[in-house]
Amino acid sequence: MTALSALIRRDIRIALRVGGGALIGVLFFLTVVVLMPFAVGPDLALLSRLGPAILWLGALLASLLTLDRLFMADHEDGSLDLITMSRTPLELACASKALAHWLAAGLPLIVATPVLGLLLNLDMVATGAVALTLLAGTPALTFTGMIGAALAVTLHRGGLLMAVLVLPLSIPVLIFGVAASQAVIVGPMSFGAPFSILCALSLISLVVGPFAAAASLKHGLD
Amino acid sequence: MQLSGRGVICVRGGRDVFSGLDFEASSGEAVAVVGRNGSGKTSLLRLIAGLLVPAGGTIALDGGDAELTLPEQCHYLGHRDALKPALSVAENLAFWADFLGGERFDPAESLAIVGLDHAAHLPAAFLSAGQRRRLSLARLLTVRRPVWLLDEPTTALDVAGQDMFSGLMREHLGRGGLIIAATHAPLGIDSRELRIGAVT
Repeated sequence: MTALSALIRRDIRIALRVGGGALIGVLFFLTVVVLMPFAVGPDLALLSRLGPAILWLGALLASLLTLDRLFMADHEDGSLDLITMSRTPLELACASKALAHWLAAGLPLIVATPVLGLLLNLDMVATGAVALTLLAGTPALTFTGMIGAALAVTLHRGGLLMAVLVLPLSIPVLIFGVAASQAVIVGPMSFGAPFSILCALSLISLVVGPFAAAASLKHGLD
Repeated sequence: MQLSGRGVICVRGGRDVFSGLDFEASSGEAVAVVGRNGSGKTSLLRLIAGLLVPAGGTIALDGGDAELTLPEQCHYLGHRDALKPALSVAENLAFWADFLGGERFDPAESLAIVGLDHAAHLPAAFLSAGQRRRLSLARLLTVRRPVWLLDEPTTALDVAGQDMFSGLMREHLGRGGLIIAATHAPLGIDSRELRIGAVT
């Protein structure tokens, strides 16, 4: 446990320091959402209908933005060798790294959502619904994205491959995340069904992600 | 404690690097792996560390901790220093001590031994190549492991640093540890030579 908490604390600390990835994601999210009302125009009804989709797209792209570096930095400076050799199972180490990434880069997106909801003419309930679906759905984005990040290390190809591999996996999360938020705002669907599926997607990726990433890293030992 | 390899075959990128390699090292012994560039010195160390999978043969440690695998009892000091530039010297060392676990030695004292105690709060980004190497050596001291796998350990170290390092290696061997070092330069301690690859 000491080993895992040490790894989580280290990754969060690096992400929050200058040059770390935590702020980049939030700034990108902020930029996308702030620019959207200018692009769509001053139609408030349209804006509030598009709101959840815009917030979800922004959050998805922002979380993918920094995810490709998840293992790359450790690979380049040799840390990954030592992590692989250690007593900590590689699966748990991968899960810890993904958790640290989510805490440093995913959680700030959710915290920023209520503020950005104002810009998109979303009322309190709608903003709450979007924040809740992001809270339930972004772990799935991080943990499936981790598989792509591990493959990117193995195959020595960076961000492009990562996007190609991970985007298809994140489409279901996007669909059900937006569907659940829309259900609250416009109805008539129930909020429960898509939200349950969203939670299920997150739980599945929590289990599958670490194993797939560790398998990819082990296979790519070089 | 004895580390031995029998008929080890290493294939990298479809090319036979070496095959049928036998080696052994016992407690208190240092083995210097020598050979020309590309003869597979680093590959041998990475095979022992479990970072490469041998295409054939076996590598085993007899008399070590039965609960642990061979890589878990090895320290690997490679070309890359495994340091995070954003973290301070002390934070880097504390992380590896916590993460690697096991029997440990006071990190602050390790830093003093390698001559970095004055820089403990400096971000690792500001360290010179030699200082980075010293910080990596502090990791070997802080976390006790019986097998040291060293890849060109003395690169970037100044003369005083090389003397300090020779002393550390002697101390490690004295405690019953063993060292496998890939090197071109003399290690500065008594060692057995293991030549790999064709002699040119």
